Amino acid sequence: MTLLWGFLWGVAAVATIAGGAILGVWWERKVSARIQMRYGPQQIGPFGSLQMIADVPKLLFKEDIVPALADKAIFKYAPLFVFGPVAVSMVVIPFTAGWAPLDTSVGVLFFLAVPSIEVIAILLSSWASHNTLSTLGGLRATAQMISYEVPRSLAVLAIVLLAGSLRPLDVVAAWRWWWMPLTFVAFVIYFIASIAEMNRGPFDIPEAESELVAGYFADYSGMRWASFMMAEYGAMIAASLFGAALFFGGGWPFGGALGVVVLVVKAVLIMTAIMWVKWTFPRLRQDQLMSFCWKVLTPLALVQLVVIGVVLAWL
Amino acid sequence: MVESVTADHTVLLMFIIVGAIFVPLTLTASHLLAPSKHDERKLDTYECGSEPIGPPWVQFRVGYYVYALLFVVFDIETVFLYPWAVAFDRMVVFVLAEMIVFIAILAGGLAYAWKEGALRWR
Repeated sequence: MTLLWGFLWGVAAVATIAGGAILGVWWERKVSARIQMRYGPQQIGPFGSLQMIADVPKLLFKEDIVPALADKAIFKYAPLFVFGPVAVSMVVIPFTAGWAPLDTSVGVLFFLAVPSIEVIAILLSSWASHNTLSTLGGLRATAQMISYEVPRSLAVLAIVLLAGSLRPLDVVAAWRWWWMPLTFVAFVIYFIASIAEMNRGPFDIPEAESELVAGYFADYSGMRWASFMMAEYGAMIAASLFGAALFFGGGWPFGGALGVVVLVVKAVLIMTAIMWVKWTFPRLRQDQLMSFCWKVLTPLALVQLVVIGVVLAWL
Repeated sequence: MVESVTADHTVLLMFIIVGAIFVPLTLTASHLLAPSKHDERKLDTYECGSEPIGPPWVQFRVGYYVYALLFVVFDIETVFLYPWAVAFDRMVVFVLAEMIVFIAILAGGLAYAWKEGALRWR
């Protein structure tokens, strides 16, 4: 019974990520178009919404090219490990009060740890491409992703400190509205570091079109390329859902099915903000990127932690 | 607060299985549907149309290792902070003092790396 139950939830999660990625691409086209004072897709279906359905067969019909010089085995199988961890990380998200697919006492740590496996897959695929642009992109992505991991986990630590638990459901249950002003800095750090983790603009120097073409996935095509794209949008969905659950109380003030709706609305708002940032700010230079992480975000996260510790002790 | 982590992990196992088979599934679908007309030019390494010069598998600079080392140090210290955060509600003042000492050491390490120029991208 649990086997079937788990299988169904796994399918639902992957469908959420794949469907969410497709929806996200459409939503991003609309948002970016509005930011640039255009209309975006509007020909196919209402508001161009069927465009996203047209995209899937297009990708399926693309030729799968493995460059002659590439390390074929690694080139072929590395994209699997880009997408998998993101899908698995969805398992601990507390969708509504008292319900998450997997209720575990180390959920928060699990969510921070599992998507990090992606770094290895990205480095492998970039190195296996036997392409100067890919190799550079992969190295940059690795340096960036492991660096932003530190302020990100420190920011989440602020919430763990307030809730006194690593169980996402307990965190949501313990959540109070006055945490929002108290953890505002932590949320901003989480937000920025999450964008950097998924290599999105303005932190997309590893895949900068103007200098590295597409960085670590420059030599990928068809569905293999799509798995990188799905992983990026999946990471965005997972980070938004988790951020909404931890920093904005999940389904608060509602429970049950309405709680899920509220959580999704909050997550979509965060996702839209992520897109807004991408289409507003210019790309950061590599040295700015690294010094911003180590000299601004990490010290700030430590200060935030001490402030919350003092406030908690004083209460 | 001390509890076992051995919950029912069947759901997790199924998530891993589904997450692992989804991409191969789409790749198989693509393999059946997509054309496959390879020629020598198409299988070339992509470098905006020009011939790639020199191998890309070269030694890369030491700066990346420095960041990797910094990451290992700070990530482990962050992981050490997690159990502390969970146990915070007991012995508040003592734990707070301990934490401030720990974070001071962490900040000291960061300041040292900063002063030594490890954080400067060259």
